[in-house]
Amino acid sequence: MRTADLLAFAVGAARGNRVRTVLLMLAMAIGVAAVVTLTALGDGARRYVVREFSAIGSNLVIVLPGRTETGGINPGSFVSSTPRDLTVDDAQALLRAPAVQRVAPLVVGTAELSVAGKLREGVVIGTTAEFIEVRQLRMAQGQFLPREDWNRGSMVMVIGATLRAELFGNEAALGRFVRVGDRRFRVIGVLAPTGSGLGMNSDELALVPVSLAQAMFNTDTLFRIFVEARSREAIEPAKRQVTQIIQQRHDGEQDVTVITQDAMLATFDRLIGTLTLGVAGIAAISLAVAGILVMNVMLVSVAQRRSEIGLLKALGASGGTIRLAFLAEAALLSSAGALFGYALGLAGAALIRALYPVFPAYPPDWAVLAGLGTALFTGLLFGVLPARSAARLDPVTALARR
Amino acid sequence: MAAQIELQGIERVFHLGDSVVHALAGVDLRIEAGEYISVMGPSGSGKSTLLNVLGLLDRPDAGHYLLEGRDVTTLSADEQAQVRSQRIGFVFQSFHLVPRLTAAENIALPMVLAGLPPRERDARVRQALDGFGLAERADHRPDQLSGGQRQRVAIARATVMRPALLLADEPTGNLDRASGGEVVRLLEQLNADGVTLLVVTHDPALGARARRCLRMEDGAIRRDERQQAASHAHG
Repeated sequence: MRTADLLAFAVGAARGNRVRTVLLMLAMAIGVAAVVTLTALGDGARRYVVREFSAIGSNLVIVLPGRTETGGINPGSFVSSTPRDLTVDDAQALLRAPAVQRVAPLVVGTAELSVAGKLREGVVIGTTAEFIEVRQLRMAQGQFLPREDWNRGSMVMVIGATLRAELFGNEAALGRFVRVGDRRFRVIGVLAPTGSGLGMNSDELALVPVSLAQAMFNTDTLFRIFVEARSREAIEPAKRQVTQIIQQRHDGEQDVTVITQDAMLATFDRLIGTLTLGVAGIAAISLAVAGILVMNVMLVSVAQRRSEIGLLKALGASGGTIRLAFLAEAALLSSAGALFGYALGLAGAALIRALYPVFPAYPPDWAVLAGLGTALFTGLLFGVLPARSAARLDPVTALARR
Repeated sequence: MAAQIELQGIERVFHLGDSVVHALAGVDLRIEAGEYISVMGPSGSGKSTLLNVLGLLDRPDAGHYLLEGRDVTTLSADEQAQVRSQRIGFVFQSFHLVPRLTAAENIALPMVLAGLPPRERDARVRQALDGFGLAERADHRPDQLSGGQRQRVAIARATVMRPALLLADEPTGNLDRASGGEVVRLLEQLNADGVTLLVVTHDPALGARARRCLRMEDGAIRRDERQQAASHAHG
């Protein structure tokens, strides 16, 4: 039998029983649509998280004092165990690195803040004017810390939205003074509320110039240095250059840890990617169910078309030809159903995007290919058994029954 | 010259529960090319089984079947299908047309299965439609045809591959007298053109028309009569 004739015969057989054909295609379509839509959801969630993360400033490189040993013991481990301080001068030196755009040093401590007799324990951060850009924060009122010599800060403070409400209530905060220990800071700005980010809620922070925070907490060392690379591509070079500069300044010893936000992002990416895969697996079960349905319907079809099969044999069709004809029919129905389901799934994803515009629900390519492939494969796999039973049918008994 | 068909000691046994039925019990038969044979006998006498064995739809349990000098009992299923496709045509009592196919498509079916090129198929189908008076019915489906027309389509289909042997099982069983007579004339015309014709029937009138009448009982051929004009068929 010629291939074109085989396909035409399969199409004819499929059209001969429309209800059966429609049911079969529907089952396949729902399976594929489930895979496409659910993976679109999963992948949409991944993209959503990645985008939200990028909003914090994804070109961020963070320098921590102390070395987190990952490569086992090196000779340095025996020479000294206490890391050198990470100083403001170190931070300033990082500006020499060509891949670095901005640098913001960070000192963190808790202190008692008091306003007109009201006391509150709060987290005080010592940093510089660059912090607002590096962390991509916005001001609600006033202005951020002034650009000035990092070693000589003015007695000013910027506070987070929650802290402002707690210290000043409904009164105006700008221009008021906050006492921290024996120092008085003038409030020059209030941050816009942001919620949490990188484990630090900026709404509850009090920000002061870095040199004053160091004096207040009686320390020379920095808690972190936030470094912003010039671009996404510059993150790795920035990381290398930062490591190198600090090493030079610290007598050739690598006593800092440099991490990138991308490393954290990658973890999230992997996590949600795995979740999506799991969801796709669940959806694939519906494809297997569809496959079993294909098998049942094709078996019923073989039973219904016994006399036709007997006739084909009498007319000189070999078992192989009949097997091929039924397989072609199963494959045809499966692929038509799969394509229909693909369109349905795309429509579903489009609906999700229409309902939740912030959610980029596009099915990933691999899921589309896997969905269509699985549909065809299960269709064929579960078509084999009915095709075999058709091919093995005894023509005499098949023809005798009407 | 070797006979077209030679059956030697053909046995066919069916097991129905505990009982054993000898549908064919040691049948010997020689059929020359171009013969016109009727097979008669009561129900269960083995007529249909004989037809199925001759048509390679059923395998005998013992004996040899030589078709045109070749032992076809030992062929594989696919080889037998090939022989059916090229040498044997079937006509059934209930026509067995494929309901979703038009008359022309039903006639083309054996050629489609054999993988003939579409151009040749179309030519042969047109020839068959004209020859059997079905030219205006080419695009009708079986349920739009009368019984006689359906059987003519079935005969056209059985002969479109130009077989040497035409096997008809009660070809007029489902037809009224007029269309039955028409179908018989058609079959006899084909036989006159050289096709060996074997008709299984209950109808004595139809059976008597054949030049050679086989009478079967209990799986064996009891009588083998040649009619007056049959002398030329036996070489």
